[in-house]
Formats: sequence, structure tokens, C-alpha cells
Amino acid sequence: MRIRSAGVLAGTAALTLAATACGGGGGAAEEESAGALVIWTDTERGEVLGPFAEEFGESNGIEVDIQTVAVDQLQSDFLTAHEGGSGPDILVGAHDWIGNLVQNNAIDPVELPQETADGFTPTSLEAATYEGRLYGVPYAQENLVLLRNTELAPDAPATVEELVETGAALVDSGDADEILGLQVSQTGDPYHLQPFFTSGGGYLFGTDDEGGYDPADLGIDSPESIAAFERIAELGEEGEGALKRSIDADNVKALFEDGRTPFFVTGPWNIAGAQEAGIDYDISPVPGFEGAEEPRPFVGVQAFFVASGGQNKVLAEEFVTNYVADPELAVALYEADPRPPALTAALEQVGADDPDVAKIIEAGENGQPMPAIPEMAAVFDPFGKAQAAIISGADPEETLRSAAENIRNEIG
Amino acid sequence: MAPKRRGTAGAPSGAPAPPPLPGGSLAPRGSLAGQVAKTALLGLAAGLGVWAALPLYAQGRWLGLSAVAAVTALIFYVYLSKRSVPAKYLLPGTLFLIAFQVLPVLFTLSTSVTNHGDGHRGDKEQAIAAIEAASVSRSEGGSDYTLTVAARGDAATGELVFLLTGPDGAVYAGTAEELVPLNGAETDAAGKVTAAPGLTVLTAAEVGRRSAEVDELTVPTGEGTGIRSSGLSSAYEGRAARVYDSGCDCVTDSATGTVYTADDETGSFVSADGERLSQGWRVGVGADNFLRFLTDPSVSSSFFAIFTWNLAFAAGSTLLVFVLGLAVALTLHTGRPLRGRRLYRVLVVLPYAMPSLAMLLLWRDMFNADFGLVNRLFGLETDWFGDPWTARGVLLLVNLWLGFPYQFLVATGALQAIPRELVQAARIDGAGAWQAFRAVTLPLLMTAMAPILVSTFAFNFNNFNTVWLTTEGGPFPPDDPTAGATDLLITYTYRLAFGEAGAQYGVAAAGSVFIFLIVTVLSVVSLRRGASLEGVDR
Repeated sequence: MRIRSAGVLAGTAALTLAATACGGGGGAAEEESAGALVIWTDTERGEVLGPFAEEFGESNGIEVDIQTVAVDQLQSDFLTAHEGGSGPDILVGAHDWIGNLVQNNAIDPVELPQETADGFTPTSLEAATYEGRLYGVPYAQENLVLLRNTELAPDAPATVEELVETGAALVDSGDADEILGLQVSQTGDPYHLQPFFTSGGGYLFGTDDEGGYDPADLGIDSPESIAAFERIAELGEEGEGALKRSIDADNVKALFEDGRTPFFVTGPWNIAGAQEAGIDYDISPVPGFEGAEEPRPFVGVQAFFVASGGQNKVLAEEFVTNYVADPELAVALYEADPRPPALTAALEQVGADDPDVAKIIEAGENGQPMPAIPEMAAVFDPFGKAQAAIISGADPEETLRSAAENIRNEIG
Repeated sequence: MAPKRRGTAGAPSGAPAPPPLPGGSLAPRGSLAGQVAKTALLGLAAGLGVWAALPLYAQGRWLGLSAVAAVTALIFYVYLSKRSVPAKYLLPGTLFLIAFQVLPVLFTLSTSVTNHGDGHRGDKEQAIAAIEAASVSRSEGGSDYTLTVAARGDAATGELVFLLTGPDGAVYAGTAEELVPLNGAETDAAGKVTAAPGLTVLTAAEVGRRSAEVDELTVPTGEGTGIRSSGLSSAYEGRAARVYDSGCDCVTDSATGTVYTADDETGSFVSADGERLSQGWRVGVGADNFLRFLTDPSVSSSFFAIFTWNLAFAAGSTLLVFVLGLAVALTLHTGRPLRGRRLYRVLVVLPYAMPSLAMLLLWRDMFNADFGLVNRLFGLETDWFGDPWTARGVLLLVNLWLGFPYQFLVATGALQAIPRELVQAARIDGAGAWQAFRAVTLPLLMTAMAPILVSTFAFNFNNFNTVWLTTEGGPFPPDDPTAGATDLLITYTYRLAFGEAGAQYGVAAAGSVFIFLIVTVLSVVSLRRGASLEGVDR
């Protein structure tokens, strides 16, 4: 009997403990559902957005919660959270995610009043438009440029040949170790090679009637693309040695910042590093091959997306349509991370103080938006490996044909 | 009557009570501390149960709720009853085994028979809603309005009304039924309505609380067109180009006239000429994902080479780390005190203590063909990651460096447990040092080490990090970007499932099931062999 009652006592005490534990938890959960506007962004931008989001929250009497996620996890985490019904209201990310986000029903189109839309650069709006609908409100755009160390190479090269000549002379004289800093790595890097690829005449996807990319027309094994890679192969390890697999995303920055290479094909995100390293630099467009086409680097646009699964869609729409279009926010974001703003007014404002901005924009004038179609996911990996193989000396035609075959299988 | 049932059969009556069963310290009769600990732990269990039950109850998931209730009840029954002593030991382990082993395997199995992945994440209803929402566009010549959200009567419950200020300054009131001119409204400079007779203008926070209703409200303006909100202060007249009809289970695009019919086999809407809408849904695909591994010619042609290297990598790594770890352990396991032995041991364990992620990247950079430490130090020009055999060698070397300290630790412990007298006796009997080691130390050591070696093998069989962070599976032959020379099954599956056409969880799960089966078979076989070694001490 005594034993029994001890057991019952223990059980009762346990249940009481449990009840008190839950009492606290349940209350907090209820308060939360009053609805904070949740924004997901990467760490860098999260800090800048903070004060602006707070201001938006105060003027509208709501709470705004900014949550940061590592940039390479952001898209997949967002999709996983969306699937589980616990995603944010707003996502800040790159425009080439749109295709994948749309096919997963994760974001909603946004409708900008005409006068607001007119304030953005046409390229940025074009990039954020997918299947004829605008899916994100852009705030910054970026493209590859050629950074050069003016101490080593005073003049901007007009062609790839000129660049290689200058670089090779510097390597021969011992003033530099490498002709060019362009990240290739063992698995290739289609993004950074795109200017050379397009200058040689190559193309990834053809365009359809509406001007969008057409996944049915894969161009990487077209005669033009093969010709482009024959020229790229001449720059490779068996040729001039300007493109090397040993140069990768991790060491390319140090090469330029230590003054070991005169040229660096990169984006605005690496300009601050060059400044800090005390390199005398200048910015010019990435040159094309002599007598070939204009190089067309990819233009990437950073944008605010309205999550379709959010709890506060109306407030999220309000934030992206009316608040993101505020030049002041664009300028602040620029100061945190110098990518040219997508708002014309903000662009003019930062351009007045910083001559680099105009040069970056000039370098991107011929650029084309990164394809946002989900099929791109099937392209980057095989295409990059084909590039790395060709740079190491493999036959361009055969390599590109098998890469294209692989991609076509995958796209279906 | 209870003592009778518990009594040992055939014991003479009046025999002393059986000794208390193990676990007595936590039995009800135990100490006060035991009683308190038990109460607290049971409280924790009950708390966890209620914490898990509340959201399940809120969402009406009765199956999950009854599982939680059953498990909690079982815990209370087992620990409050004074019988079922073995269950007290088995229950926690069994529950954790189910939660962390059985359920994930079942979940993986259930995912492997679906097309779950990018483009097929949600259900059909979500896909339809997304297709319709994405097709709403500003209608030709439709005007923009300045929007004020109001409610008839109470802000939280009253009927929602869109107060719309046109470009000419005229104000209209729009509800789900109709759009009518509104008189007597006061507007500010931006055109927002500040007050209107009989209506309550909602604040942003109040709109936020009714977000879903505001988002759904469409004010009809004509055949197929309506005014929708875009944020708190603007609205536009739009038209949905694509509409779903459940009668034909199809989506019709009114702009182009194309009809997209639902294909429940693939989980997408397809037009007659094969055009597919990008928003799809999740469907069961049976054994398709498994068949893809078995029948796809490119997969089956690469499988054998990858599997062979995978075995060689796992077996080679295990052998190398074992030999090196044991050699170092033997060196430091001297009879005479060795000066600084503790320091040596700390130094040897260091690689194990460092984060392997960073170390792997460091090793990768050391083997860089142009800038790497190794080539510079030895004056080489080897393209380590460009040739299949050097890349494989590098991987084994890196894995050896990362793995041997663990073997060293285990071997040191095992060696200390072997009485030195045994080796001494063998030496006195005339055995040489090697013979004594081979015939006495090693067999005794293997008793302790065999299970560790099996787990090391299983771990290295799926050693994703080492491969992915150093070679990414490369080098790749120029004509095949999918299967590299150093790919393990797990990295190959990862590339197939996530590297190529976005995330394909179904395919990934099917690949994992295959790997799971292979590792299980290998482990069972090697544990059987390991068990025969254990016979030594019997």
C-alpha cells in the first residue's frame, strides 16, 4: 500500500510539474501570434536592414523581426521552412532563385504602381521578371568587372590578347606570379568565365519569343560555343597559362591583394578588399577577344521577395512595394556592401560620391541577366566541369558535347 | 499474492526473500534523492508529452496525439509499476532507437517512392492556388488606386471594405460583392482616406491581423476582372489569366486559350503539345527512383567503378588508421617510463581535436598544384587533384591524418588493459618480440578493437566530408561530369540528387536506401567475422 501511494505521489507531482512548465510556454506562444513581420536575409544585409525595418515597424505599429541565414543556405532553408509552413514573410535574395522559388509555390508576384516601377533601372526589373510577371523588388545589381593593379598595369586592356600580353610580360620580368586572377577551380566556374565565353560567340540558352531563356534551346555545344572554347583553351594550362584550375575562389582574392597578379576578374564585392589591402586599382569592363563579339557578363540582381506562405502578406507587400523603393534604404545598403543600387535615384546619388559605381555600371552595360529558369541548376555543374577540363587541355568539342548531352538528359 | 508469483519455483517455504533486484536505488522504496530524481524525470517526460501534444491537438493530428499519449502512458506505467524491471532498462534505449533510427529509415523509405523535390514540394491545391495567383496581372487600361483598408463596424470582425481613391480623387468603396462610389470621405494629401461615415479605418497593425482576409479580397469590376490590394496603400485592377476547373481537372489560360490537363502520374499540368506548368505537386512514383539507379545506363556504368573505389577507400582508410594508430600506441606504451610521454600523447591526439572541416580545406590548399605547400616544399609540379591516382592517394593520406588519433586512443586504452605478464610469459617461453605481439597482444587487442574497426569502416564508407571538401569527387573524365575518380556512393548520390536539377529528395532517398542496405550487409558480415575473434578469450 505504501509503495502504491508513493508511486501515485510521484506521478501526481510529475504531472503538476508538467502543467506548470506548459503554462509558461503556452502564454508566450499566444502573444507571438499577434504577428511580427519576419524577414530572412543574409548576415551582412541583416545588419543594415535592422534600423530601416524598425522604422517601418514603428510607423505601422507592428513588430519586425529580421532573421539572418548564411547566404549559401538561404534559398534551401527558405524552401524547407516554406514547406513546413514556418517560413518568413519576406526573403532577400538573388534574382536567379526566382525560377526555383516559383516552381515550389514559395513566392508571390508583386504589383508595383507604374510610377514606382519607373524608378528602377530597366535591367533590374527585367531580371526580376519571370514568365512575364515581376516576382521581386530589386535593390542592387552587380556584374563582373576587370580590376587591375595600376602600379603593374597602368592601362586598361582593350582585348583579352592585350591583357595576356601585359600579364605575361609582368610574369616574365618577375613582377607578378600570375597573368590573370580568374577563379576556375577543379570544377570550373561558368559565372566568371561568361564574359570570355560570350565574347567568343558562345551562348547558354537561346531566347524565346517573349525574350526569356528557352530551356529547349541549349547552346553550349553549338558551333559558336565550341569556337569560343577553342579560344578559351588557348588561354588555358596548355596555352598561355592565364586560366588555371589551381586558382580558385579561396586563393584568387589573395593573389590580387598581395600584388601577385595585375588583373582580377571579379565583382563589386571584392573592391573593398582591394582598397583595404592598399592596392592602387582601377575598374574597367572585362575585355573580349580581339575581333570577336562584345563580352556579355551576367548581371545579378538582389531583390526582396514576398513569401507566399507568410502570415502577414499584406504588410510584406507594403514593405517591398513602398518601402524598398525608398532611395535612402538603397543608399544605406550600398554603403554596407558596395553593389550598385537598382533605383535610378539612389544610383545617381552614390555615383556622385563614388566614381567606381559608374565604372561598374559601364562594365555591365552589355550584360545579360543570369537566367532564372530552374533548368539552370542542371547547367552549372556539368558545364563548369567541362570548362575545367578544357582549360586543363581536353578537346573542347568532345567535352562540350558530353556536357550538353548530360544536361539535356537532366532537363528532360 | 504478489510474493507468491515472484517466488522462485521450488524454493523451500520460509526461504529468505530474494535479493533486491538491480535498479533498486530508483525503485519506490529507494532513497529520498532517488525519489526526487524519479519525480523530476517523470515530470520532464510528462512535460515533453504535453509540449508535443498541444500543437498536435491544435492541428487535429489525432494519430500523432495518440502516439504521444501512448508513449507517455507507457513511460509512467513502466516506471511507476514495481514489476517490469527489465522494461525499465529497455524502454529508454528502445524509444531512442525508434525515434532516431527506425523512424528516419521509414521516413527515407516513404520519401523514396515519391517525386518529392524542387517543383514538387507541395500538394495539388497549393500548386493550383499558386498557378492562379501567378497569372493575375494588371488588366489592360486598368487603373491604379490609392488604397485604405476599412471595416464596417468593429475593426477586428466587421466586414472588410477597400476604400479606393482613383487618380481623379474620387473615392469608391469596394467589397467582395460590389464597387460603389463613396460620399463624405475625408482624404489626406496622398489620397489615403482618413475618415468615412459608418466605417472604421484600420491601422497597419489591424490590417496585419486580418492579413489573410485582405489578401483574398477581390472587388469585382467586370467579367473576370477585379481590384486587389498590393500592400497597405495601393490597389490595382487585375485579371486572372489562368483558371482551374475541377470538372476537367485542368487549367485554362484565357489569354492564349491553352488547356493544361493535370497529370497525376508526374504531378504537373501539361498542355496538349507537351508544355508543362512549372508549379507541380508531390505524387507517388512507386519504384521509379530505384529503377533510375538500376536502369539508367550512365548510372549503371559508373556504379561499379565508384563502388570499387568506395570499398577500397573505406577499407584502405580503416587499415591505415589502424596500423598507424596502433604503431604509435605501441611506441608510447613502453614498460619503462618515457620522458614526456604525456606530451607526445597530447600531440598525437591534436589532429583529432581540431575541427575536421577546416583541416580538410587546409589540406586541399596544401596540395594545390601551383600554390600548395607540398609542391613548393618538394619542388614538384604534380597536379595532385588532376590525376585519379594522385587524388586518391591524397584522400587516403588526409583521411589517415584525420583518423589515426582516434585509433591511437582506443589502442592505448586496450593495450593498458592487457596484463604485461602475458607478454613477459611468452618472452620467457622463448617467443621473439614480434611473435609475442602477433600471438598474444594482437589477438587480445582485436577483441576490443574489432567493433571499433567495423564502425570505422562504416563511417568511412559514407565519409562525405573528406571527399566533398577536398576533391568534390574529382577529377572528372572530360566526357562524364557526373562520376569522378574519387566519388563515393554518397557523394555520387548527392550530386545526382542535389547537384544537377535542383533538390530531388525522392532520388536522394532511394540512393540512401541502397547505401543503407550495402553498409548493413557489410557491417553484419564483418561483425560476424569480428565475433569469431572474440572467441580468443573464451
